[in-house]
Amino acid sequence: MSTSTLHFVPPQDFHARSRAALDDPQLRRSFRGAMTFLQDKRRGQFGDEDELQHLRDLGEAVRKHALARLPDLLEQLEAKLTAAGARVHWAATPEEANAIIHAIATGCGARSIVKGKSMASEEIELNHYLQERGIACLESDMGEYIVQLAGEKPSHIVMPAIHKTRADIASLFERHIPGTAYTEDVDELIQTGRRTLRNAFVEADIGLSGVNFAAADTGTLWLVENEGNGRLSTTVPDVHIAIMGIEKVVEKLEHIVPLASLLTRSATGQAVTTYFNLISGPRRPGELDGPRELHLVLLDNGRTQAYADEQLRSTLQCIRCGACMNHCPVYGRIGGHAYGTTYPGPIGAILSPHLLGLESTADLATASSLCGACGDVCPVRIPIPQLLVRLRTEANRDPRALVAHPLRGQGAKYSRGERLVWRFWRGAFGRPAVYRLFRWAATRLRWLAPNDQLGWTRYRTPLKPAPRSLADLLRERGQP
Amino acid sequence: MTTARDSILARLRAAIHDDARPDAAGADLDRRIDAHFDARREHPQAPPDVLAQRMQAALEAVRAQAWCLRADEWPAVLTTRLAAAGVRRILVDAASPEGRALRAALPAGVEAVAFERPLEDWKQELFGTVDAGFTVARSGIAATGTVVLAPDAATPRTVSLVPPLHIALVHARTLHADLHQALHAERWQDGMPTNLVLATGPSKTSDIQQTLAFGAHGPRWTWVVIVTDAAEAEAKETP
Repeated sequence: MSTSTLHFVPPQDFHARSRAALDDPQLRRSFRGAMTFLQDKRRGQFGDEDELQHLRDLGEAVRKHALARLPDLLEQLEAKLTAAGARVHWAATPEEANAIIHAIATGCGARSIVKGKSMASEEIELNHYLQERGIACLESDMGEYIVQLAGEKPSHIVMPAIHKTRADIASLFERHIPGTAYTEDVDELIQTGRRTLRNAFVEADIGLSGVNFAAADTGTLWLVENEGNGRLSTTVPDVHIAIMGIEKVVEKLEHIVPLASLLTRSATGQAVTTYFNLISGPRRPGELDGPRELHLVLLDNGRTQAYADEQLRSTLQCIRCGACMNHCPVYGRIGGHAYGTTYPGPIGAILSPHLLGLESTADLATASSLCGACGDVCPVRIPIPQLLVRLRTEANRDPRALVAHPLRGQGAKYSRGERLVWRFWRGAFGRPAVYRLFRWAATRLRWLAPNDQLGWTRYRTPLKPAPRSLADLLRERGQP
Repeated sequence: MTTARDSILARLRAAIHDDARPDAAGADLDRRIDAHFDARREHPQAPPDVLAQRMQAALEAVRAQAWCLRADEWPAVLTTRLAAAGVRRILVDAASPEGRALRAALPAGVEAVAFERPLEDWKQELFGTVDAGFTVARSGIAATGTVVLAPDAATPRTVSLVPPLHIALVHARTLHADLHQALHAERWQDGMPTNLVLATGPSKTSDIQQTLAFGAHGPRWTWVVIVTDAAEAEAKETP
């Protein structure tokens, strides 16, 4: 089975990949079908508009409340979990997180890891890192397993294999799983996946999972899932490693109640998922199952950069439901792989610059018509459109400009020529006499307008000033 | 040398200005959450039989099988079902009264297995040979058909997870209207077990072209016995 060939794509090739995705009718059909399905499912859960808006207010308030006291909550979570016998690790970078997990694995002589779903582990490219060091990681979430078999990465944060048709999966299973005949029967495919992965849970030395929410007051990790692979990964192997971004902690267990409701209803249109798995420590003396060791890896990876700026901090309110991408007209057409980042769609566009720097991600914020759908559906009211505009500003800021909270890669799209054009426009537009002169020149010299106007003329006829300006026409009619 | 921990905490603290108004803001937020859920509950405290009906309906909506049965009738009904489903080995604890009642009623041909050894001593056997697991839920959440499982030494975590059939017994008198009520009534903030599981129906996935399929990695079938002991329920009602 190919667990080795991962595709690492540079996010800076966004435009080229978007074009390729748009030219792929099968991919377009897959995403159109999936987006409609997920939008309908979500709408079905929020019939009561008043309840939805109240719940969104609460979700936003809980997240803002937690972020306002984030360092204290992280320390409280650490103290609680440590007292329960768990070990808490801190990683500023993906390299540090990978090294921590590798050290835990070597410490217990582990050869294989079975993984529940974790976007943070995707973010640090953990599978690749461990593979190179002789430790096999097997994804056990059905969607993650499918993309791992295909040597791909998830194209959606909740439904990783959303770009694949059942025919794709049928031939994938036939090719990679010995003794499997081609079938497009979904029940049969799932049973094949179940049978194949069953033994991995029994034999894995370590189970690795993500975390959906953490409560500082009780030291509880709250995991949300439907398949049971999360519970198996965190219960059956001798060691459980959980990895989470530092922003996921909230003050109290009871604060998770509104968040959990918002998450499952926004993500997959379910009132609840099959399992809420609440973990507050490793196996205690006398207990007969559960991991003997529990590790929590707290990952920064650029989150403190977003945190430093009052406006950008709201990025960290995210609970990873994926509703923004499910409703995004851009994501719905180009799909997740075009972004080239772990997190695609609107949330990816506002989060990735902090994780990776603006140098490689500046184009993502331009992949939006600013229609506002993402902000309208966000369960925790992240002002995504405003953040997209802000990141465009930061990408076009003079790289040498001194600001209170500079972003990594500030000015990645800065262009002197563009800056000059805007300065000229401001000079002309701001002074009536100069503007009149400009108008006069533009209407008289219209024949000078070039036929090749860069990106504009690729799909449209060239722009040419009108022979008479609107102001002149109105004056002729006697209007001032 | 500064550690990652120090540098992360220092960066976060450097970004906090005068946000610290902890107590007032916190109490206000708690009140708002309570008000939201309290206002949307039909009865402040619905009677157990109403909750039992709602629980059953919610379970059927997620493709679980659920029965409301009296304390004196459930063992017979359940064992008939077990035999009909072809269950041969079932994990049942011998410590709880419910576990003992089920053991006593099991017909010949259905073997009760006790979880007596640490998991690592019989992983293969558990995964390969046990057809069903029986658990007594701590409580239930009627709105969503959720059973609240607090695994312990007698009924460990894997009983409700590894066998393809999970049978949960929940007493109607322990049912809560919703998650918010369950958390408050049981005062979860006072102390959590190492693992608390809220399980709603059989495991499932829609990862293949949004087509729902049951029996992903956890149980494929979930049965829930809601024990509605009328006399007991009434006794609880009257102070």
